[in-house]
Amino acid sequence: MNFLYFPNTDKDIRDMLDAVGADSLDELYSDVPAGFIYGKEFDIPSAMSEMEVRRYFDSLEERNRRLTVFCGCGAYDHYIPAVIPYITSRAEFLTAYTPYQAEISQGTLRYIFEFQSYMAELSGMDCANASMYDGATSAAEAVMMAVSASKKKRKVLVSDTLLPEVRKVLETYSRYHGINLVHIPHDGGNTSYEALRNALSEGDVAAVLVPGVNRFGIIEDLSGFSGAVHESKAFMIIYSDPLALAVIKSPREWGADIVCGEAQSLGIPLGYGGPYLGFIACSKELLRKMPGRVVGASEDMDGKRAFVLTLQAREQHIRREKATSNICSNQSLMALTATVYVSLMGLSGLRRVNDLSYGGAHYLYSKLLETGLFRNVFDRPFLNEFVLESLIPPAVLSEALLSEGYFAACETEEGYVSFCVTEKRTKEEIDGLVRAVVSAGKTEIK
Amino acid sequence: MKYYDKLIFELSSEGKKGYALPSMTWKDTVDDIPGNLKRQTMPELPQVSEPEVVRHYTNLSNMNFGVDTGFYPLGSCTMKYNPKINEEIASSGRFSGIHPLQPAKTVQGVLGLYEDLEHALCELTGMSAFTLNPFAGAHGELTGLMIIRQYHMKRGDSGRTKIIVPDSAHGTNPASAAVCGLEVVQVKSAEDGTIDIDSLKPLLDDTVAGIMMTNPNTLGLFEKNIAEIASLVHGCGGLLYYDGANMNALLGVVRPGDMGFDVLHLNLHKTFSAPHGGGGPGAGPVGVSGRLADYLPEPKLCRLEYGSLSMKEDMHGKDSLTAGRISGFAGNFGVLVKAYAYILMLGRENVRMVGPLAVLAANYLKESLKKEFSLPIESVCKHEFVFDGLSDKNSGITTLDVAKRLLDYGFHAPTVYFPLLFHQSIMIEPTETESKDTLDSFVTVMKLIAAEAKDNPDILRTAPHDTPVRRIDETAAARNPKLKYGDLK
Repeated sequence: MNFLYFPNTDKDIRDMLDAVGADSLDELYSDVPAGFIYGKEFDIPSAMSEMEVRRYFDSLEERNRRLTVFCGCGAYDHYIPAVIPYITSRAEFLTAYTPYQAEISQGTLRYIFEFQSYMAELSGMDCANASMYDGATSAAEAVMMAVSASKKKRKVLVSDTLLPEVRKVLETYSRYHGINLVHIPHDGGNTSYEALRNALSEGDVAAVLVPGVNRFGIIEDLSGFSGAVHESKAFMIIYSDPLALAVIKSPREWGADIVCGEAQSLGIPLGYGGPYLGFIACSKELLRKMPGRVVGASEDMDGKRAFVLTLQAREQHIRREKATSNICSNQSLMALTATVYVSLMGLSGLRRVNDLSYGGAHYLYSKLLETGLFRNVFDRPFLNEFVLESLIPPAVLSEALLSEGYFAACETEEGYVSFCVTEKRTKEEIDGLVRAVVSAGKTEIK
Repeated sequence: MKYYDKLIFELSSEGKKGYALPSMTWKDTVDDIPGNLKRQTMPELPQVSEPEVVRHYTNLSNMNFGVDTGFYPLGSCTMKYNPKINEEIASSGRFSGIHPLQPAKTVQGVLGLYEDLEHALCELTGMSAFTLNPFAGAHGELTGLMIIRQYHMKRGDSGRTKIIVPDSAHGTNPASAAVCGLEVVQVKSAEDGTIDIDSLKPLLDDTVAGIMMTNPNTLGLFEKNIAEIASLVHGCGGLLYYDGANMNALLGVVRPGDMGFDVLHLNLHKTFSAPHGGGGPGAGPVGVSGRLADYLPEPKLCRLEYGSLSMKEDMHGKDSLTAGRISGFAGNFGVLVKAYAYILMLGRENVRMVGPLAVLAANYLKESLKKEFSLPIESVCKHEFVFDGLSDKNSGITTLDVAKRLLDYGFHAPTVYFPLLFHQSIMIEPTETESKDTLDSFVTVMKLIAAEAKDNPDILRTAPHDTPVRRIDETAAARNPKLKYGDLK
């Protein structure tokens, strides 16, 4: 045997075979019916050297285009401080399993505890879990959690201003889980309070799910929502980006019972959509209905402060089909990423990131309107993302911008175009984008 | 490993900062947000400088044990070596700036990886098509069960709501079935630890959606009656689901598709060497046989007529068969990169050796320790096996004591108290990336522990002694949950 990840020599293998009383490796599969032993050559590449593997990935990279990103829609191009990959690539974190053996996993357990603290602080809620797969699945889990907590009711109201990917995942989970989703339309870019009240008045509602900042980039005004929701004995769930929660009204302040969302904004690269970082936070009354791993503080037998996975009685390995969820992992390393990010930024850094994104987005917004090539759609406060009606057909506009190296003007389901600015976008880049828009306008609108 | 007591909050002082962002030059600021939409109560976040942040997390890492630290024989978790080339490529920045909604023509390289990896996984498992979207093993199970339900429903066979799960199954199997709205029916294991065919037969009728199997099962035993089980389940109109948690036993030797499985998931973080990351992110691709290909979730990779690759979505029409959408975007792309780098390094030659070498290591440990530890089922095992505690039951030493004492000797503990079939289960999976020397020192230590159980049982009951913290009061943690820094004050 001669392969770099297999440490045993031919002699080692012979010695081990002798010890188990087998003549050959084949004999170890004597319990497998012979017909199931695959005899053919696999149609996969022949073993490569590291240099050849690098070349393969270089060739993939050449088939991608590097673009300047002016699109959000659920994935945000924020700056990642140098410290983050340095910490998250430490093998002690990277190559560990779920912290079942708490005595030799205090590193993982402590950063998860810090992550839970950050998510609880940012959302304003009493507690948070150790993270979920991504924002969309965290929304599905939050909805299932609310339905389970409300016993017999299986109707959930979902705002149309949530991201389309989130709504599709919700629809899928709900269909199999037996949850009846009812859509709440928006009124001028904000979830309609009227429509919400009407839907609530039909009764039998387990939960209501609305975004904090919606898919138009608008900061939702949720005045009166939680009162109406709680009056109907339903749970209020707010889908949030924790970065935005440094400046906008927190879910707790809006009266939420459960918070879910996507935390990719906290130091995680775009990376073609994953791995990202979902999360759930909730009020203490709902703690034991919360899905996912949870870390708690305790003491060891010598009285030293120590951390441990706790409340495992909710989980699949104990409760099997009666568990609160089938999830048996978390996105631990991404939770570490977000934790280190928040530790570096502090509140003032998170607010600065929001300020720079907000300022840049509002600058782009007015520059685009000045071109005369767009109409304003909604007149509502937005954070770092906005939609406009384009006089240039959206597909033509985004294509023209693409040819200039910009990924921008994503088309929404209504046919609006969406733009997003983060702190990474400079004034030069924004002015360049506006020039590209103007030049597209000259070609298209004669 | 060295104990370090701080939490990041305890390093905070007013005025410190750990970031260097551009100064604010824009005219508009978040102060312009209307008051009723602004946050009133500010979150309490620490203020720490960069060197302190770096030292804090480095000190935390020193209290952790990873595969790079030492032997990690955690059963059903396949803690094999995580090659460094995988990490370098995934974090090299080649793909980090790519937005998931970018048009297909700007991400042909990314999509090329989906195509190549899907092809390799089909080839290695004998399935016809794959989705790489599921985020983890349990997520793969759920996706696979959605596909099974959708298949029956689209054929008008909506009465199939039961799923058969062996009593030895991973806990995620029944939990995933429940999330998917299926009713779980448990089937017993026979004396020899495999599925009891006679118990299975009466369960098979037209209400059965399928059966979930792990093969080899959680006892590390190959389900030798798989051909008969497949024929019985197919005969009643059900489908066979393969839980790929134990695929490392078969990699390169036996393909689940050839055994009659219709749907499977793989754990790229187990079998395909992506690191576990302290609990994630993983990836749980789902493979299906030809008749189920159209049921895979969206977005789904496809090759367009003129040759370029695209992601198909919004397959909503009446004729659409897709099970739906189970992920925000197209899965944990970064993890897929690592798994494919591993497959390229192995190549078709070395992949054949993964299963056999993993199985050899497991049998070697089993045979070396079966005198001191109780082996309930005497038979050739696959990649893992289960002891039912110490052979000498007189000492009163439990599996937990053994596990904790192993930590003192510098090993991670095996999986304990699972499967539930035995009271004192110790489930050991060494993987193919451990040297005979390492396995021999593990054997020596396990025998030493067995001797200590006789001569000095107290040292086991109070173990571990040499770890950053010792046994933790889990009852207190659950009774009075302190889940955030604010709860400690």
